[in-house]
Amino acid sequence: MKMMRMINLVRGSVMKIHGLSRASRCLAAEGGVRGLSSSSGPRVCIVGGGPAGFYTAQQLLKARQDAAVDVYERLPVPFGLVRFGVAPDHPEVKNVINTFTQTAQHERCSFHGNVNVGKDVTIDELRQAYHAVVLSYGAEGNRSMGISGEDLPGVFSAKDFVGWYNGLPSNKELRPDLSCETAVILGQGNVALDVARILLAPVEMLKETDITQNALEALAGSKVRRVLIVGRRGPLQIACTIKELREMVNLPNTRADMLPADFEGIAEALKDLPRPRKRLTELMMKAAKEGGDDKAEKCWGFRFFRSPVEVIAGADGKRATGIRLALNKLEGSGESARAEVTGQLEDVDCGLIISSIGYKSIPIDPAVPFDPRRAIVPNEMGRVQDTAGLYCSGWVKRGPTGVIATTMNDSFDTARVLIQDMEAGKLDLSVNKPGAQAITALLQTRGVRTVLFSQWEKITAEEEKRGKSLGKPREKPLDVDEMLKIA
Amino acid sequence: MAASAAVRSAVSLTQRFVRVSPDCSICPLYRLNACTGATDGFTAPSRRLRTSIGVWQSGDSSSPEEEERVVNVVYIDRCGQRIPVQARAGENALHLAHKHGVDLEGACEASLACSTLCHVYVSSEHYEKLPEPEEREDDMLDMAPMLQENSRLGCQIVLTPELDGMELTLPKVTRNFYVDGHVPKPH
Repeated sequence: MKMMRMINLVRGSVMKIHGLSRASRCLAAEGGVRGLSSSSGPRVCIVGGGPAGFYTAQQLLKARQDAAVDVYERLPVPFGLVRFGVAPDHPEVKNVINTFTQTAQHERCSFHGNVNVGKDVTIDELRQAYHAVVLSYGAEGNRSMGISGEDLPGVFSAKDFVGWYNGLPSNKELRPDLSCETAVILGQGNVALDVARILLAPVEMLKETDITQNALEALAGSKVRRVLIVGRRGPLQIACTIKELREMVNLPNTRADMLPADFEGIAEALKDLPRPRKRLTELMMKAAKEGGDDKAEKCWGFRFFRSPVEVIAGADGKRATGIRLALNKLEGSGESARAEVTGQLEDVDCGLIISSIGYKSIPIDPAVPFDPRRAIVPNEMGRVQDTAGLYCSGWVKRGPTGVIATTMNDSFDTARVLIQDMEAGKLDLSVNKPGAQAITALLQTRGVRTVLFSQWEKITAEEEKRGKSLGKPREKPLDVDEMLKIA
Repeated sequence: MAASAAVRSAVSLTQRFVRVSPDCSICPLYRLNACTGATDGFTAPSRRLRTSIGVWQSGDSSSPEEEERVVNVVYIDRCGQRIPVQARAGENALHLAHKHGVDLEGACEASLACSTLCHVYVSSEHYEKLPEPEEREDDMLDMAPMLQENSRLGCQIVLTPELDGMELTLPKVTRNFYVDGHVPKPH
């Protein structure tokens, strides 16, 4: 009797284990694409494989054990600005990639790279295949200064310059001319400081980072010795944070060069400032006063109360040789102070002009509402206006500001709203949606080659291998075709 | 014999899955009613997240000498719930939180780069006993919303026996905004 019971128990568990290993073999065979569930759970599509996309996916997977999430990314490689925006000398900020990797490797998540949503597949096709679609495609454009001469050689957006030294394929032909002595950066946020720092950092330091080899070589031959970082308003309105300012102050072989006039009245205002603003301003004033080693070869400085009005071209009219700045005065105080024109002008000789005044989202598909004034997808708490089943998270939702932590919180908010809508019945989950199966088939008929996460893992392994021979953590391929070849 | 070999290989399969998500329904131990119940779940994006089996085993090892190095810490989560945990001297408050499912983020893996997701308030008697924050921690704390006198970053708190009884309270808000209501726009 007991024997029979034991045999049945073992048989029962062996059957269950068989089932498990059969299912897992399915999973393994598909290289990470879901095989375990003939899912009747919600299927969500995320457009954009950067921080917003992955954080939204992470929250959805955690909140619903039956949800399947597919992330579509235009490039063959994931991670967006974490890979292409964060400065090469800030590797610890890129640690979030480990979190995203875990999410991408989740059994209910699959990554599809090299898919251009809007061109290879439309939003409407995605909405038909999924219960919900989340737009997390960020901001790939930049705000223009709107001044004459902006298109002259020698003038770049910070977005392109950063993309160039970080290996973004669309910026590989940038070839900035670094043979001038002075560079002027418009804008005083952290991106502006990143650019200034990369322009002035010692090559010995840069060559151990994942900066691209072509950028490294260009910077090694750079003649840029002076970088001015220009802002419309005053020291108390500067947008950068103290960590980045401290890095400028501590740059070897450089000194700070600022105008005492820009700091009038600042010392008196210090005591009333909240701690973060106070510490930042104190550091700035210290740098302005002490300057640094007079023998330093390179210098950098802020210039306040100045707005660009025109890029000055050289005698042949063919390239930028200077920039005309209008002097401002401040109306009001604190964060809401406004810059007003005074009519005074100032010309600065320079051969490299980088405008760092903000990224900008662009519309992805005519079926998606877009607010051209604010350059975001109009939404209420992440629900796209007038479009059921369509959501957004990250910069395309709130505008292109904030650090990774801000995007994380925002993505979590959108995910929460989406889950709420699922539970409240606002999304019809009773309808079975085909999800990735349908889209992959569609893409195949259109000749689009998707890159799965396991294939990205091949690319990153190759990057690390190439980096090793150069003494760097990785060497990024600059070409989409090259990425596809490795994958 | 075949059955136990199958269980063993299925269990290692489970370890791989459980690390990412506590989907108990697929675990043979659960189905055989042999689950110990110890699990981290998918609560925190930490590379050091352990499998349920790993955690169960590590909790089991203690010896008399090590008892003096036990440090009791209480986390008070964002809902006000008290979560008492037992730690060992030398452990890091962020990793400890993850081990016990406390909702403390650590996107940069304790490298002072993610601007304060692991921000906590330290009970005042214990705050004094912590070493002064280094400049880099202060810089990061500047970006923390609802900064207080007793604010510290959890990723920089290393437990010592004299911190026994310390309470770490998670701020109710994690969105960045300054005390004066300003929303900073760094990036």
